[in-house]
Amino acid sequence: MSLVVQPEVPTVSGPEEGPERSDFWVYLARKVGAAIVSFIMLLVVGFIIFSLMPSDPVSALTRGRPTSDAQMNHLRSELGLDKPLWERFLTFVGHTLSGNLGYSYEYHQPVSTLIADRLWPTLLLMGSSTLISIWLGMWLGIRAGWHPGSALDRSASAVSLALWSVPTFWLGLILLVVFGSGTVAGIPAIFPAGGMQTHGTAGGLALSHITDVAWHLVLPCLTLVAVIFAQYVTIMRSSIIDERGNPYLLTARAKGLRDEVVRRRHAVPNALLPSVTVIFLQIGGMIGGAITVEVVYSWPGLGYLTFTALRIPDLQLLEGTFIVFSAAVIVCNLIADLLYRALDPRVRRQ
Amino acid sequence: MSATQERPAGPTPVEEKAPSRLVPVGRFVLTLLRMPSGLFGVVVMLGFVVMALTAPLYIHPDDLSVTQATGPLLAPPQHGYPLGTDPAGRSVLLLVIWGSRTSLAIGVMATLLTMVLGATIGLVAGHYQGRTGRLLMHVTDWFIALPGLPLAIALAAVLGQGAASITIAIAVTSWTGTARLVRAQTLAVGARPFIERARALGATDTQLITRQVLPNVMPLILVSSTLTVASAILAEATLTFLGLGDPTSVSWGSLLNNAFMQGAVTAGAWWYLIPPGIAILIIVLGFTLVGRAVEHALNARVQSR
Repeated sequence: MSLVVQPEVPTVSGPEEGPERSDFWVYLARKVGAAIVSFIMLLVVGFIIFSLMPSDPVSALTRGRPTSDAQMNHLRSELGLDKPLWERFLTFVGHTLSGNLGYSYEYHQPVSTLIADRLWPTLLLMGSSTLISIWLGMWLGIRAGWHPGSALDRSASAVSLALWSVPTFWLGLILLVVFGSGTVAGIPAIFPAGGMQTHGTAGGLALSHITDVAWHLVLPCLTLVAVIFAQYVTIMRSSIIDERGNPYLLTARAKGLRDEVVRRRHAVPNALLPSVTVIFLQIGGMIGGAITVEVVYSWPGLGYLTFTALRIPDLQLLEGTFIVFSAAVIVCNLIADLLYRALDPRVRRQ
Repeated sequence: MSATQERPAGPTPVEEKAPSRLVPVGRFVLTLLRMPSGLFGVVVMLGFVVMALTAPLYIHPDDLSVTQATGPLLAPPQHGYPLGTDPAGRSVLLLVIWGSRTSLAIGVMATLLTMVLGATIGLVAGHYQGRTGRLLMHVTDWFIALPGLPLAIALAAVLGQGAASITIAIAVTSWTGTARLVRAQTLAVGARPFIERARALGATDTQLITRQVLPNVMPLILVSSTLTVASAILAEATLTFLGLGDPTSVSWGSLLNNAFMQGAVTAGAWWYLIPPGIAILIIVLGFTLVGRAVEHALNARVQSR
């Protein structure tokens, strides 16, 4: 939440002429090309941070274990640390592209296996909280923006500002101590104190298992929603305010439509356009919140994996999660760019 | 008071002569303080700064020492300990007051670093519009695409625990917004006639940037920096909570980290968890409100011209 990527509506530039169909392919190619360049840059940044900045990766790997010099040298050549820089970089790129993110000496498992295991819990948490936040944020933002300065607008803005000013993990801690510990002010432990399922229960698709997971999901999801929905309120509110002054709304009113119909049928569809893309751009910023929330609730996802890797520290594992998180953001940005064009015919005609 | 005198009676005609620099600053501060949110923000900011600076006058090092503290262990608020105690018997109130020093210091240092980095890149990218400018903007866009917290975690993990690595990690992840803002403003300023005039008079690029462009971009940098302090304090708390901070120093993030790690949640020690978060909430709110008020005041000035 704090390290949120600034929302930035993609601008489409370039005065390409020609039929719409071929324009689309040019646009697609350019956006995909940009995403590929971003990914290469990500690999460069990852390589610099994790391979060049630590003075000796091998001693970092073997910290706290008795290791002989011969073993260290063997490990060095195994990791390719005795090769020239460009060769190391190319090997790193090749491995990453083929899904080999290294080996975690802490877990004695390949990093990609660890990440694949933890992917679904994170997707479940982020997906459910994003959907709820979008629904809540739009519902509030549309109503707040329709009457700027009204009591609803002012209270929505105040709540958004207050929730923005709070660290995500702190909100999680407070919700957890109030509803999960059963020790504060006589409130019983309504929700479980962490994890994704009750210990010792079987997994699978049994109904009892699904409700158990949903039960564990409530508090983490609530925390994330509280922090994210405010951004959607702001986005939706400002884009409704932008639409409000347009003459076509006056026409709709002149036809004698009720205020609510004017808002729902005429203003909202147009205001949705810019919001949809911004929502996708926001997903990158959500990842930060998801990491800390997973830590607080020991939710067994990628964020919690990052946290455990950080405490050891297991640099290979950290590098893996860093690349996966960043690649996810690049993909989301690409989707935002493509959606923007697909949804708004005006951009296509430019 | 002078309030009625200060308020302009309407849009005043633009003066061609450059007025004294101090007059608009005074008027600007008055506009800021007349807004309730601006006043609240300024009071909060000053209050926390005074609290952080004067803390050593009334907090003895023994009060903060894990071994020397004399209070009851993890006890709820009571006489002598208005906010209760931590598991080592230290007063939570004193810890939170002392924590403001580290949190503010890192927040301000990270903001300074962010501003220097962002403003330099923004100015250069806006002024040299050729290949250099384009390349710099591409680099900025790439950085914007990287998710902030994972990048900061990666950097801080490699640089090692401590205040310096957290500061660097925050600056590296937050300069992009400033760079874009400053570049846009530099482009706008660069199109104005006085730049052409200065260039015609033989000013070099360095002179143009430092003497002509920078003073016109400065107000924007100020707005951006108050907002950046807010997010830097949040980022500091988050990174320290994740265990990347200096383990020996007391900050709001490290208090929450201790509380979490030492089982304050299962013990139901709400008095240990709530105060650091409220402190963060108030100060971030303060800086954000000041930032918004400054933005508002600047816009009003631009419009009244």
